[in-house]
Amino acid sequence: MTGSSPSSPPLVPDTRPALRRSAGRRGGGPDRSFYLLALLAALTILALIVLVGWELYRGSRLAIHQFGPRFLVSSEWDPVSDVYGALPFIYGTLVSSLIALLIAVPLGVATALFLTEMAPVRLRQPVITVIELLAAVPSVIFGLWGIFVLVPWLRDHLFQWLKHYLGFLPLFTGPIYGPSMLAGGIIVAIMILPIVTSVSREILRSVPNLQREAAYALGATHWEVIRIAVISYARRGLFGAAVLGLGRALGETMAVTMVIGNRPEISASLLAPGYTLASVVANEFTEATSDLYLNALFELGLVLLAITILVNVIAQLMLRTLAGGGGAVKAH
Amino acid sequence: MELAPTFLPSPARQSWRRWLSRGVTALMGLSALAVITPLFLVLYFLIREGASSLDWNFFTQLPKPAGEPGGGMANAIVGTLELLGMAASVGVPIGVMGGVYLAEYGSARANYWLRFAADVLNGVPSIVWGMVVYALLVVPFKTFSAYAGGVALGLMMIPLVMRTTEEVLVLVPQSYREAGLALGIARWKIITVIVIKTALKGIVTGVLIALARVAGETAPLLFTALGNNFWNHNLGEPIAALPLQIFAYAISPYDDWHRQAWAGALVLMLLILGCNVIVRFFSRERR
Repeated sequence: MTGSSPSSPPLVPDTRPALRRSAGRRGGGPDRSFYLLALLAALTILALIVLVGWELYRGSRLAIHQFGPRFLVSSEWDPVSDVYGALPFIYGTLVSSLIALLIAVPLGVATALFLTEMAPVRLRQPVITVIELLAAVPSVIFGLWGIFVLVPWLRDHLFQWLKHYLGFLPLFTGPIYGPSMLAGGIIVAIMILPIVTSVSREILRSVPNLQREAAYALGATHWEVIRIAVISYARRGLFGAAVLGLGRALGETMAVTMVIGNRPEISASLLAPGYTLASVVANEFTEATSDLYLNALFELGLVLLAITILVNVIAQLMLRTLAGGGGAVKAH
Repeated sequence: MELAPTFLPSPARQSWRRWLSRGVTALMGLSALAVITPLFLVLYFLIREGASSLDWNFFTQLPKPAGEPGGGMANAIVGTLELLGMAASVGVPIGVMGGVYLAEYGSARANYWLRFAADVLNGVPSIVWGMVVYALLVVPFKTFSAYAGGVALGLMMIPLVMRTTEEVLVLVPQSYREAGLALGIARWKIITVIVIKTALKGIVTGVLIALARVAGETAPLLFTALGNNFWNHNLGEPIAALPLQIFAYAISPYDDWHRQAWAGALVLMLLILGCNVIVRFFSRERR
């Protein structure tokens, strides 16, 4: 078998696997301690995941015993009589994140397509740099800008328009305050746009050129090439990018806290204030007066952690199987 | 011989396809424009609102009580730098050594799971880190502290530093390691003196990116560092930080504090952009 193999062995053998295998077995004291140190650091990652989950569980035990699964479906949040339910916060987190996705995914994917398939080469790098800088803007600065610039503008313009023309929908009814579920969704959309765009761009760049050339050879127009050859090939990865964006959206804290209105009510209208899991923790944690109150907040954190880990694992699995198990899409 | 006419699309259809393609191109260009617009809007308002409140006092004075004009954020600026220093002393050693493991020791299988774990950890919401460190360091010591804030930021840095370190270490040619082995140098010396030294610029770049990322974090500090209106003389006590101060002032009802919040945000943004510019400078040279 090996003798008839068409590929001859490389001139210089790769020593990497052998070096990796011999790690920590050979060598004296310092070599072994250095290896163990590196191993310890790597294992810290795994330990941290366990630690995060354990600490949140430990902090919320009281509430878990007191309310059981009812905690997740009750919408009563009354610190005065020590009764807590997570539903309005779960609802607010999901709805604001969905709004963000509805805005950010089409815009982000379209921008990624523009950057990989259409934009003049000279234009690409500057736009990519600007998007990277957008990712560097801290949440609290978006929040500040949201409070004093975005929300007043939404209140006086977009929301009025929505209510006037689409007011027949239950989504756009009720009084206009400014701080609202929709404002929260929009600010989160701005914040996840960079990650959705950059991951989509990496996915699109991994589409083989042969794929595009074949479509051009059939006489397809630019858009048809993108639709037939690029998007259909990259669909799964783009979906992964969207899920990764969702993971980020769910955990956004400061900017959302500053513009969503912070009212624990479930309202059909997107113009009404809402509240998210992360925001209520940020606002009420240091004010929690009773043990049960603090435990309930910890349980909200546990719920948030469970949702984000689930979403992130799904996203990573989708992006990884696509990248052939090597994890080509790097951390963001 | 003539081609069968059915194979040729009608001219009307052809021109529709062409126009559709142009239309979609324009739409995508507009999307790109829409994506980059917020950055310019944010920067414009930061400069317009923040620059006028920036003066010498802002950098040298403590915050004034509500109602009194003037005052500054000197303690918050120093506090943020102190917190970043502590974060780096937690995040950099563990992150770099973890990256060394991935690049130099780990089997393909172990590395797959470690990278997976790092990416998942990277997605843990920042507020959750705050709660975890609260339970770990604030409750047992019965006080909010600068240490707790630094550790919270440091833990967030670990997966970031680890991934970037690994990325630059695997770029170091294998022949460097082989040369070291041929000379009989111990593995740990090869890694520290040859491999890490060769990739040092890339590692520093990764650390700066991670620092810039955690510098603006507010949520993990809310119930660890807590914030402080005065100078912190003891890292075991609460400490001020720029993001915390911006948050507190932004949601306050006072115009004067709003102005200070804009000024603080401008300073924080400049700090973070500064890090990014240095990173860009470094990585351009490397190419």
